[in-house]
Amino acid sequence: MSDFADILHRPGHEIVADVAARRLSAREVAEAALDAIEAGNPKLNAFTDVTHERAVREADRVDDLVRRGTPPPLAGLPYSVKNLFDVEGVVTRAGSKINRDNPPAPRDAGLVERMTASGGVLLGAVNMGEYAYDFTGENAHDGASLNPHDPSRMSGGSSGGSGTSVAAGMVAASLGSDTNGSIRVPSSFCGLYGLKPTFGRLSRSRTFPFVASLDHLGPIARSPRDLALLFDALQGTDADDPAQIERSPIAAGATLEGGIDGLRIAVAGGYFRRQAMPEALAGVDHVAKALGVSREVELFEAHRARAAAYLITTSESSAQHWPRLVERAADFDPDTRDRFLSGAMVPAAWYIAAQRFRALFRAEMRKLFETVDVILAPATPFRALPSGTKTVELDGVTLPARPNIGLFAQPISFIGLPVVAVPVWLPGATLPIGVQVIAPAWREHVALRVAHVLHATGATSAPVAALIRDE
Amino acid sequence: MAEREFDAEAHVAHMASVMGLTIRPEWREGVVANMKATARAAGLVTEFRLEEHVEPAPVFEP
Repeated sequence: MSDFADILHRPGHEIVADVAARRLSAREVAEAALDAIEAGNPKLNAFTDVTHERAVREADRVDDLVRRGTPPPLAGLPYSVKNLFDVEGVVTRAGSKINRDNPPAPRDAGLVERMTASGGVLLGAVNMGEYAYDFTGENAHDGASLNPHDPSRMSGGSSGGSGTSVAAGMVAASLGSDTNGSIRVPSSFCGLYGLKPTFGRLSRSRTFPFVASLDHLGPIARSPRDLALLFDALQGTDADDPAQIERSPIAAGATLEGGIDGLRIAVAGGYFRRQAMPEALAGVDHVAKALGVSREVELFEAHRARAAAYLITTSESSAQHWPRLVERAADFDPDTRDRFLSGAMVPAAWYIAAQRFRALFRAEMRKLFETVDVILAPATPFRALPSGTKTVELDGVTLPARPNIGLFAQPISFIGLPVVAVPVWLPGATLPIGVQVIAPAWREHVALRVAHVLHATGATSAPVAALIRDE
Repeated sequence: MAEREFDAEAHVAHMASVMGLTIRPEWREGVVANMKATARAAGLVTEFRLEEHVEPAPVFEP
């Protein structure tokens, strides 16, 4: 193991504790991360923009605070952001060719400012699918971000570089976005913990939009404690985000060790047991067993919820991109162009029907949550696919691979429920698979408590990729 | 909205003109395929009859 691995290949909260206690300087951590990026990025293609000078500057500021006896809560935590977050001085490419004609961002995204205020050290912006319309981590302009556990496979997307950079141990955490599964899919494929908070919880200011009705931002990391630490730092009102919903912050870190006694936990049946490969069901069953859960619940019309999420996604995103589709369609990634063009042609009645169905589905799920506190479901129908996979067979039917990666993630984000994706390594498996721990709206801390129990008992884990570790 | 009633090719041709979109010949097959998939999704949603009072999810606060 090289020096940078000694420093970086452990959960973020351990790094923060060492920096706060002056066993390690934030500067040493930042330099280790820069070394890890230099060593790993040419093979895995996680970073599109490395903010070298900024990382050193932020680390020195943290070390200064530590010396004064006031270590910030994320002291020296090395992290990356999906390249749809504005980073001062960096062009926000949002995975596209077109946006890189824009000037550099004049100011950080709201969540990046919160990370800075809490002592996080930004290493740079990471790769993503064009305008976030993918589940693969593939990108025609920047190349694919690869899976550190097997670089011949997808990282998952659209927060692909986030998954790659954390699973490869280049950083301890990453901020991604999730509209239909884009935090949960790379968490599943790369074997990480990912938090998609409640819709409206975290500020979206100065991030490039995909679907206004469905966009969420959140962290990916290698332990539930890291997610809680990050979530606590990221919460708070931001006057620059008119879509943020006013709610008092919750203290996820303080309640993390609350355990699962008294929680009513069930496995999602029906739709969530049908179109899955055996490993996805085995992953859920593994988590259910670890939690002592045998109950199954049925989610109301989940297949229609997914279809409605699909309609809202294609309609709103294409409306957002319409001027670019008129003027520069040839500059789009071929994998997103056709989807965006057809999305600009959706009749309004279809879109409104989807938004009305969303209200009904929310009402039905609120009723279900009167009888259950946490629901378990697969995060993806299968493990990371080989790069370039076009079709998959699910429940005896051959289907296009790309849109169906999000089959189980999509109905949940449709109504903004908080989810922690937890990584399962089945016996003998060389690749992980994720399980969604789903809580009622505004109860992220409950999902995090469950994830913490799973992590603490070893039922789930997020090791840095062996390929990287053993080099 | 049954799928059999939906002519995706005609819809794409018409809407491309309405929306000022240029669909190159090599893109057409993919755009039509995506339009068909969207129509299938719309079929699943619209065949489920909602009560008249079900409001769209987004609520505007003046």
